[in-house]
Amino acid sequence: MFDLKNITPSAWVGLIVTGLFVFSAIFAPWIAPYGKAQIVGGVWEPMSSQYWLGTDNLGRDLLSRMIYGARTTVFIAAMATALSFSLGAILGFAAAVTGGWFDTIMSRLVDLLMAIPTLIFGLVVLSVLPSTVLTLILVMGILDSTRVYRLSRAVAVDINVMDYVEAAKLRGEGMGWIIFREILPNALSPLVSELGLRFIYAVLFLSALSFLGLGVQPPEADWGGMVKENKEGIVFGIPAALIPAAAIAALAISVNLVADWVLNRTTSLKGGRG
Amino acid sequence: MAKAAVKKQHDGKLLEVRDLKIEATVYPPGEDPKDVTIVHGVSLTLERGKVLGLIGESGAGKSTIGLSSMAYGRGGVRITGGEVVLNGRDILKAGRGGIRKIRGREVCYVAQSAAAAFNPAHKLMDQVVEATVEHGTATRAEAEKRARALFRKLSLPDPDNIGNRYPHQVSGGQLQRVMTAMALCSEPDLIVFDEPTTALDVTTQIDVLAAIKDAIRDTGVAALYITHDLAVVAQVADQIMVLRHGKLVEWGDTRQIIKEPRQEYTNKLVSVHEIEHQEKTPGASPVLSVQNVTASYGGGMDVLKNVSVDIYPGQTLAVVGESGSGKSTLARAITGLLPPRNGSIAFNGRTLSNALRERTRDDLRELQMIYQMADVAMNPRQTVATIIGRPLEFYFNMRGRERDAAVAELLDKIEMGKGFADRYPAELSGGQKQRVCIARALAAKPKLIICDEVTSALDPLVAHGILRLLLDLQAEEDVAYLFITHDLATVKSIADSIAVMYRGEVVRYGSKSEVLAPPFDDYTDLLLSSVPEMEIGWLEKAIGGRRMASAGN
Repeated sequence: MFDLKNITPSAWVGLIVTGLFVFSAIFAPWIAPYGKAQIVGGVWEPMSSQYWLGTDNLGRDLLSRMIYGARTTVFIAAMATALSFSLGAILGFAAAVTGGWFDTIMSRLVDLLMAIPTLIFGLVVLSVLPSTVLTLILVMGILDSTRVYRLSRAVAVDINVMDYVEAAKLRGEGMGWIIFREILPNALSPLVSELGLRFIYAVLFLSALSFLGLGVQPPEADWGGMVKENKEGIVFGIPAALIPAAAIAALAISVNLVADWVLNRTTSLKGGRG
Repeated sequence: MAKAAVKKQHDGKLLEVRDLKIEATVYPPGEDPKDVTIVHGVSLTLERGKVLGLIGESGAGKSTIGLSSMAYGRGGVRITGGEVVLNGRDILKAGRGGIRKIRGREVCYVAQSAAAAFNPAHKLMDQVVEATVEHGTATRAEAEKRARALFRKLSLPDPDNIGNRYPHQVSGGQLQRVMTAMALCSEPDLIVFDEPTTALDVTTQIDVLAAIKDAIRDTGVAALYITHDLAVVAQVADQIMVLRHGKLVEWGDTRQIIKEPRQEYTNKLVSVHEIEHQEKTPGASPVLSVQNVTASYGGGMDVLKNVSVDIYPGQTLAVVGESGSGKSTLARAITGLLPPRNGSIAFNGRTLSNALRERTRDDLRELQMIYQMADVAMNPRQTVATIIGRPLEFYFNMRGRERDAAVAELLDKIEMGKGFADRYPAELSGGQKQRVCIARALAAKPKLIICDEVTSALDPLVAHGILRLLLDLQAEEDVAYLFITHDLATVKSIADSIAVMYRGEVVRYGSKSEVLAPPFDDYTDLLLSSVPEMEIGWLEKAIGGRRMASAGN
């Protein structure tokens, strides 16, 4: 399915940039020239051969913090997306297959959650709970899972009425087989493209939270927090705040390019191979 | 005025297709895209006012050839060679604007599924006169007057007001006739009928067929009539062209094609495919006994009313009726998908619980089902081996090599080789898909299989093969069938007993010989007389001789 010859140029760009971010996230301690909280020079030093991207508001190396920041941001966003997908997809499929009161209660509950703006809901919850990585993942994952629930329920309702699902029900198959073997493989293409989008939303949401001071707490590095720390520098013409902002944008665009390509690849197949 | 002059000049030949070649690009999974030729140099001529029937199996290129007379290629199909001369000029060279002037004015099209061809958001009249007004051949008022006259000619109910309805407010048979009126409204020289009656019930088909035939005769329009049913085309066509794999097999007068076919393939199509089936006498105790079952969807109107039927081991009960008669609902009640409100179902001596979830695994195993649409009855993401192997795993706990051997044996039984095990449903033909569904049902070693219109989506020759297979398997495995169909020819070749259903009730029930012997009740008579026979003049005889109007009318 993922034939190298069939990768479009835009997908290549997306794959390379995303790969770069993921690589630096995974190997951060080995490739970062300095420690993430180590003060190495003066405040807001310009780019030089010693500090490739300059230093930040406390005199820490910006490149090292960018690399560690990638680790925190990508990790939290990925875990939150994974949580929202497992939760949303399984509940959505189960609601579509079961129907009846379970479907009604779940769907109205999700409507209720979605009626409250996500950011405000997140702010309220996080101002009460301690801002640890675990709470962040849980809050973001559960809030995002409402969107995934809606999509997977809508897709599964269509698949649920197909004759092959009816045949499986007549055979006496349990819920597990129907959800994971009959519905999931046929619902994968819309879900995969949604996966890319939701990951991006998670990155943006996390950055927004950190910028507001409710996300990742200092001295941990994360892109949204770094924009916040260095935002005063913009007044003095210092680009330190723009670099993490640019990284957020670059990650968002590149992941979307990959998601687009995956969507094109999977929807062109009628089923069967791939 | 100018058009009338053109008409007189070219009296005689209306359409001439010379050496038509049509290609398409296919994208086989896992391979590079390639070009395939769909139509290999077919030529035909059609005289003014005549009807030419194009017949063949699916994939024969009959619709593709029919649409080429409008210079149209459906679904990425390209006309790559030849000439299509209409009214003395090659329309393939007319260019985009030129073709636009021809379509809807000189050539019109009647599609197979009228329900899908009408825009549900507009009233019928707006859609019927659209082409006429667009081409400026008549004012809106004139066009509407013409449309009303056509509605009357096509014997639509309330012809003066039916144009104010929306497509969903008329029945399928009526909609098909409205579409014929739409095609005739702009007074074209040629109409392409693409299987206009295939999606209709037999009892409705006969009315639509008669209406189309009268309209063609009275307006003097020429027509290309595309169908896979030779008996239908024999009623309307002056000439018949038999096609196979995009090539011409035989072309001749209707009488000659039906009475004295010159090619072996035509002969195969023409000869009646009746399977000699000896009726079995009912055994001692039935395998399935449906007693006074009444059922409805969501507490509404009763769709099944007090239905009682018995099926004996190793025998076939055919349930016949038009759409809406409750045949499929009966199947749903028996399988437990729709728990009946009253009545009981006994299977193999024990009473079945009404609801699906309360049935034991053995009850489920011994009662299998085969669907009408084989392509949606199989998960497109599972291989044939998984599809057939799953009941073996599920009911008999077979794994690994044992399961693979059993799958190979089943593939052998349905006359398909081991090589098919790794295929996906998208890589099978229609007949092969239905065979795999049969194998899946057989894998459970059932006592009864419910066959819901299993052959109606297939070409006649393929359907014939499936019926033979089902009969052979019945002899081998001693399995009983509940065979739901609207096709009486199928019933004759497979059934041991027959239940005729009409509006949710069993109106006639008994052994095959009893049910198919006179005296008939009115509905059975209508059903029997509506089955097209391969005989010129059958249509007029059938319409004249029937005692009750069809429900879809």
